[in-house]
Amino acid sequence: MNAAIATASSKAQPHAGEAPPNKGADLRNFAIFAVAILSMPLWLQPLGVAYPAFMQKIAIFGTLAIGFNLLFGLTGYLSFGHAAFLGVGSYAAVWSFKLLSMNAVPALIFGTLFGGLFALAIGFISLRRTGIYFSILTLAFAQMAYNLAYSVLTPITNGETALQVVKDDPRVLDAMFGAVGTSSAPVPNLFGMALTGDAGLIGFYFCALLMIGAFYISMRIFRSPFGMMLRAIKTNQQRMRFTGLNPRPYALAVFVVSGMYAGLAGSMMAVVDPLAGAERMQWTASGEVVLMTILGGSGTLIGPVLGAGAIKYFEVKLVEYNKTKLGEIFSFLPDSISDAVVSVSSLFVGGGWHLTLGLIFMLVVIFLPGGIVQGLGKLTSWVRRRTSSSNSASSKSADASQPAE
Amino acid sequence: MSALLTITDVNKSFGGLKALSEVNLSVEQGSVHAIIGPNGAGKSTLLNVLIGKLIPDTGAVMFDGVSLLGLQPHEINQVGVSRVFQTPEIFGELSLIHNVIISTLASRDGAFNLAFWNRVDEDAEITDKAEELLADVGLLEKKDMISSSLSRGDKRRLELAMCLVQQPKLLLLDEPTAGMSRADTNSTIDLLKRIGEERGITKVIIEHDMHVVFSLAQKITVLAQGTPICEGKPEEIKGDPRVQEAYLGGAHL
Repeated sequence: MNAAIATASSKAQPHAGEAPPNKGADLRNFAIFAVAILSMPLWLQPLGVAYPAFMQKIAIFGTLAIGFNLLFGLTGYLSFGHAAFLGVGSYAAVWSFKLLSMNAVPALIFGTLFGGLFALAIGFISLRRTGIYFSILTLAFAQMAYNLAYSVLTPITNGETALQVVKDDPRVLDAMFGAVGTSSAPVPNLFGMALTGDAGLIGFYFCALLMIGAFYISMRIFRSPFGMMLRAIKTNQQRMRFTGLNPRPYALAVFVVSGMYAGLAGSMMAVVDPLAGAERMQWTASGEVVLMTILGGSGTLIGPVLGAGAIKYFEVKLVEYNKTKLGEIFSFLPDSISDAVVSVSSLFVGGGWHLTLGLIFMLVVIFLPGGIVQGLGKLTSWVRRRTSSSNSASSKSADASQPAE
Repeated sequence: MSALLTITDVNKSFGGLKALSEVNLSVEQGSVHAIIGPNGAGKSTLLNVLIGKLIPDTGAVMFDGVSLLGLQPHEINQVGVSRVFQTPEIFGELSLIHNVIISTLASRDGAFNLAFWNRVDEDAEITDKAEELLADVGLLEKKDMISSSLSRGDKRRLELAMCLVQQPKLLLLDEPTAGMSRADTNSTIDLLKRIGEERGITKVIIEHDMHVVFSLAQKITVLAQGTPICEGKPEEIKGDPRVQEAYLGGAHL
């Protein structure tokens, strides 16, 4: 798959001269991104998903995918173990809630830190290999982490029951500042402002601002000398070495950064829902972020967020459907046909929504190897061509100057 | 003139095959030194020893007072040895200007630099230098093109620009015109000549094409079966019976 993606993405590259991005354009795009994310409660209304739990998911998985894209999109190293860092981030955050404080800030810091530390250890070993061997090594480490969380590490992870915040936890910082004494189970807060429970949109805005910050850092990395070296790793490691550059520390550094993003996403999960279970580390979760990044457009800034949004949207929407609902939709058909259509199409919705996701993913990889971003690019250039040719419909020269695609 | 690169008593065997035996070679500062020889003579093995890809069984390789043995390829580059490959090795997915910028950054900031916050396009020192070098090899107007779409000759020019921007002391050229049309070959020869005169970079060329060798080299070493059999100026090599023996089994060159 790795090779297929590599060729596909090189095909997606424009061969003609293209103006490189400048600071002004970047700032404008960043502003558009920030406004679009913060106004999600408005424009997701007609789509029927403008509730906090869903939008928080977008922000959390968006952060995870942005970090994954820094590794995979820039260097081409395909990690199948990012769920491990996500899980570690969650555990660290919940322990911070239990031992230190229900304040989200230390939880986020510890989650990010531990995600990074785990990435340093796993990356140090896995990056000795490239290509498929690297992917398998990361997958193996993540599965080890998952199994350890269920078995010998139960004192830390609380095994199958999942690690939870309870009333009697020490919370030394909270105790010091006298912020204890509520009768119910405590909720994560930001210096006293509750982030879950009755908080409504506050939890979402908290996560959204974190993702916007994560996006900004990713943008800086994309445009920096460091980011340029990461692209060099993907393109030609041989030339890189003979240009006097050592690819190993670059790859390890971005692996750690990517792990920190995953740790941050994991601790955000713990903030909006203060418990941490081992299933978060399962390989399917690692696979999901790969799908998000490729579906959105790997190696692009906005792609991973679009991919995360698209997959979470399909998940919510397709799970809603069941046989009864489909029966209503196809009730206009004669009974015998309607029954057949319903029983076939029901395979693709509800619990079987992964089947639809698989189909969409196949179609995207085959027809739009650059993901949603490439699709949008094609769409805008098509619209632009349509408008320009209708403006000068009479002049043949305008048509002739547009090369066929 | 002093020797920039000295190879002393280098031996290298692969199993029972002796790829290099007792190779002694010295490349003088500022010269253009060609290494020629029939297929299997050990030219590529020798080059791989120079760039740290292979470690010889015995012997020493000294460059400008530093031993190159045991150094990583990127360390060898950092002491001042650049290399052009038989097939141009460039960053194919990136634009031309980014290719040269990477190499400019490497020579200024070293083998690893975690500068993730400043923008490359605002670093005038780097971008100006990269553009200057692209202009020097005649590729400036193509600077935003994706480099994999270049012709073979232009790829070679780009690769040379990437090497030159680092101001190397020694430039290793492995069949710099392999697979090129006659026109591309001639323009590459002109470029290499001009670079030699302007910058005075010492060059080691490994080449099959005698036209290229005799147009560029000031000194030629002939390898056969892993050993240098003779060394001298181009005119001397042309007439040497041992060279004709090695190359053509006795026929005249």
